[in-house]
Amino acid sequence: MTMPYYVSPEQVMKDRAEYAQKGIARGRALVGTSYDNGIVIVAENPSRSLRKISEIYDRIAFAGVGRYNEFDQLRVAGIRHADTKGFAFSRNDVEARSLANLYAQYLGQVFTHEMKPLEVEILVAELGSTSQSDQLFHIAYEGTITDERGYAVLGGDAEVVRKRMAEAYKPGWKLEDAIRTCVRVLSGHDRVIPSSDLEVAVLDRSNGERSFKRISQEDIDAIISPKKSARSKSSSEK
Amino acid sequence: MTLPIFGPTDDPGPNFMATLARTKKKDAGYYWWNSSMDSAVGERNGIAANLANWTGDTLADRMRHGTTIIALRYKDGVIVAGDRRATEGHLIAYRNMEKVIRVDQYSAMAIAGAAGPAMEMARLFSTQLEHYEKVEGVSLSIEGKANQLSQMVREHLALAMRGMVVIPIFAGYDIQAGSGRIYTFDVTGGHYIEEEHAAEGSGGRNARSVLKQSWHTDISRDAALALAIEALVEAADEDIATGPPDILRGIYPIVATITSAGYQAINDDETASMVHSLYDRLQARGENSDWRRSR
Repeated sequence: MTMPYYVSPEQVMKDRAEYAQKGIARGRALVGTSYDNGIVIVAENPSRSLRKISEIYDRIAFAGVGRYNEFDQLRVAGIRHADTKGFAFSRNDVEARSLANLYAQYLGQVFTHEMKPLEVEILVAELGSTSQSDQLFHIAYEGTITDERGYAVLGGDAEVVRKRMAEAYKPGWKLEDAIRTCVRVLSGHDRVIPSSDLEVAVLDRSNGERSFKRISQEDIDAIISPKKSARSKSSSEK
Repeated sequence: MTLPIFGPTDDPGPNFMATLARTKKKDAGYYWWNSSMDSAVGERNGIAANLANWTGDTLADRMRHGTTIIALRYKDGVIVAGDRRATEGHLIAYRNMEKVIRVDQYSAMAIAGAAGPAMEMARLFSTQLEHYEKVEGVSLSIEGKANQLSQMVREHLALAMRGMVVIPIFAGYDIQAGSGRIYTFDVTGGHYIEEEHAAEGSGGRNARSVLKQSWHTDISRDAALALAIEALVEAADEDIATGPPDILRGIYPIVATITSAGYQAINDDETASMVHSLYDRLQARGENSDWRRSR
């Protein structure tokens, strides 16, 4: 068998990018957005135990799409980075920007130097003291880092979802409105995502030092279909 | 700083201490402190001897010590408490020390002994519990937490043998069993479940006598809190290193409850009112009557 003598760098990069994009596009999208009292991240995820959204530190959350084993490794690395830094210095010295930069450098490094790029996109969210100072860092498979304003969309079909989100987004909205809209934006008009396939977590300014909290399925139900869950509650009372 | 990513064969897992050691953050961690102090002590034939050469002081005169800590189980969970005094030799070094430290939602650690390493151990311990919870997605069981603390105490043995003894009490609420739990430790890292109550530190023996007399299985929250205060006041009455409630400055013992609702620090107003009612009771009992008569 003969081997090709030369492949142009452009071609190599293009092939790798295509490979990574394909892997990411196979998964479902997720949306993160600021609301009046914090940041909410909504992901379509049928698994109850393999999480896409996770706590990194007091005011920092992580969300990943694409290959689970790859973004989970990044998630754990983020926790290690944050805990080591907080232990060495102070809890106040741990911030998302430096972590997002580390992620970007790592993803960029792997993309250019390894055989296979990571098939992931990640979101690093940091709760500010007000919605204006909330931060959403979107890091792509090749290390591109974007400081998103108001909302961020990652994963399969991101372009379509982003367009829907751009129309629906309202700065300073309430948590319930934000969750309902995010779910609608993820599903589109032609299908309904069952609440059992949703993973929702918040960084909320009223949660105390560790602001990360998962929203339980009952609470998601109550938010996305308030009437139905109210009815089922009253019927269970009888 | 680089991103701490490890291969599947050398991954430290949810163990924060192993991560610290692996990332070699020797300039800023307990790991460094512990091992470098150890070698410094070894090389120079004892910090104590050196201090005496330099300053005429002994190690105990230059090292802060925390004194009396107690824990007791009650109906809804467990109470942890400690006085506020830290000493350096015969001097009062600090009046505001917080010897009861919340380590996670359902547990606390109280510390007696060398204050510096004890506070550092508490910080490392609470980081470890949080780290495990975040990496694994679930909290450690209470037995798991006690075992972790055991390991830290054991790692400290070399320094303990040179006079820097750290003796913690670990108390928490066992969600699975639905009850409070207390663990005591010895310097070798052995940990022991206490079914009723525990007291450590220089005034621990006196505090224990008080706890022993009035503790019973169904003791209520209020009675248990009052008993905790009484035990600390008694310890301060007998032991010079234990600080009594400082009414002049408004410094009262740190007391916390841990129940199914989690860790809750008792606020100073409630502690103060319990201290005052205890003092009233003692006065009414004619505590100082002999002395009064002799005047």
